Amino acid sequence: MKWTHAVAFALLAVGLAGCSKPKQVQPDTSAQAPVDGSAQTSGLGNETGPSTGASAGAMSAAQQQALAALQSRNIVFFEFDSSEIRADYVSVVAAHAAYMTKFPTARVRLEGHTDERGSREYNIGLGERRAQTVRKALMLQGVAEAQITTVSYGEERPAVEGSDESAYAQNRRVELVQVQ
Amino acid sequence: MTFQRAQARPTRLSHARALAWFFVLAGSLATSAHAQLRLDITQGVRDAVPIAVVPFGGQAEGGPNDVAAVIAGDLQLSGRFKPLERRDLVARPTRGEQVRFEDWRLLESDFLVIGHVAPEASGLAVEFELFNVQTGQQLLTKRLVTSERGLRATAHRIADLIFERLTGIPGAFSTRIAYVAVDGRPPRQRYRLMVADADGYGPRIVTESSEPIMSPAWSPDGQSLAYVSFEGKASAIYVQRLATGERKRVSARAGINGAPAWSPDGRKLALTLSRDGNLDLYVLDLATQGLTRLTSDGAIDTEPEWSRDGASIYFTSDRAGNAQVYRVGAGGGQEAQRLTFTNGYNARPRMSPDGESLALVTLDRGAYRIATYDLKTRNVHVLTDGRQDEAPSFAPNGAILIYATRAGAKGTLAMASADGRFQQRLSSDTGDVREPVWSPFPPAQR
Repeated sequence: MKWTHAVAFALLAVGLAGCSKPKQVQPDTSAQAPVDGSAQTSGLGNETGPSTGASAGAMSAAQQQALAALQSRNIVFFEFDSSEIRADYVSVVAAHAAYMTKFPTARVRLEGHTDERGSREYNIGLGERRAQTVRKALMLQGVAEAQITTVSYGEERPAVEGSDESAYAQNRRVELVQVQ
Repeated sequence: MTFQRAQARPTRLSHARALAWFFVLAGSLATSAHAQLRLDITQGVRDAVPIAVVPFGGQAEGGPNDVAAVIAGDLQLSGRFKPLERRDLVARPTRGEQVRFEDWRLLESDFLVIGHVAPEASGLAVEFELFNVQTGQQLLTKRLVTSERGLRATAHRIADLIFERLTGIPGAFSTRIAYVAVDGRPPRQRYRLMVADADGYGPRIVTESSEPIMSPAWSPDGQSLAYVSFEGKASAIYVQRLATGERKRVSARAGINGAPAWSPDGRKLALTLSRDGNLDLYVLDLATQGLTRLTSDGAIDTEPEWSRDGASIYFTSDRAGNAQVYRVGAGGGQEAQRLTFTNGYNARPRMSPDGESLALVTLDRGAYRIATYDLKTRNVHVLTDGRQDEAPSFAPNGAILIYATRAGAKGTLAMASADGRFQQRLSSDTGDVREPVWSPFPPAQR
């Protein structure tokens, strides 16, 4: 098994942040739940998340391996009302930047989220601000603007249920979803 | 841009009960074909005025068209009245000459409503009388012609008239409420935009999706809803006509399309876009698609709300470090003016029907609560005592607000009077209910 430099860098970066708890992002299930008889309003997304592996055919083995290595490190968490990337998640962004500069066809969707406190549309703004922070960090590390899209879900798509600090901490996040 | 048809599926309710809200969701979850969401009043209201509403003659008691039950339910929901339990009614008069006022005085009922339903050539005639129990004086009587299908609407109309006669404020019982209902656990959730009568009866699905739906807003004529939908993995604003289900995508620009708010004349939408990577306010002309930019601050500017004269926009911004309410001219090219300074967090302003105050979400001693902000005195008056109250919406008569609160882990609805005298929680059986928005008055009442 031969690893590319990019993968080696990504794994090194992951290793450097060993003190933080690794989080597993949920597979992108939204496209799997069509709405009965109401196609106009159902989720129309047909992009394939990394965990499904369905797009593997178009990718080199090296890229597939690099992508697989990113799967366990694709969420950046935030403090309350903050959009600053915490030191322990700098390596997550760096790993994705390394992958995306190595494979210029790679595309990432940055999904910004907040906890449930405060008004919903304001939280859309806060989630967007978080996604933009990660976007800028990726671009500073050489990722092309065209490789990145952002979306803010605010508090509308929590990762976990609950109204305590532990749930809030897990919901304040940007998910880096590699879409190709 | 073309209209396309979206789902508008009517559902029927098997029975209704006075003093309770029923929401029937046409559930399409695997576990239940028709999940029922019932909202009960869980908190008594102090100082509520006792009133007896006697079952109307000419119709069987119970069932969804029980006129007296609908009237009593409305009066109870207003928070100002406490209808007597049906089992405590000492008599069943249906016409004025049958009333013995001393019976009702013993029950300590201040007012009495009686009436009857009778067939007539063009349908049904509903006649009612309102009495002051102490004086025996008839305060109001009226005869309304309707049909079997129109009985509930007629009952709401009677409740409107009684409420206005006794409080001086037009009743808002002939209105509707839109809200978002969410089922399922993260990350697989289903989002439905619903519309029901103001007493929760007859919920209909306006649209549904496996992606978030948020921020419903009634058009000033009550015919359409604007809302945000994330179908297609990006936000877009839609306008949907309720009668036909036709809908139009009015804004799907790159980035965020959020927080739609109708201008008072219904011709424009104020909204939030993120063209420069952060949220700013714009006004979209629905006929010409012309876009006017209102703010260009680097902060979050969102949640626009029009002044009654259409000249100004109130909105939330964190340009000073935390969320506060500002005002800017609706025509563009103006500096925004900060309005709120207290509590470290004031957001989502909503204009009162008289244009004199804003309802907003404020951070009150560590909890998010509903407050009013008086535009003249600048006083902030906290109305609620929840931990996470949000999304206030005035009834069109301005007397009461509906808002979203949490009951345990679930989102549910609650009401508070605009003067802060009472609030009542409404509990639900299933799902998460949020973002309630009260419709305008129907055309006949405007």
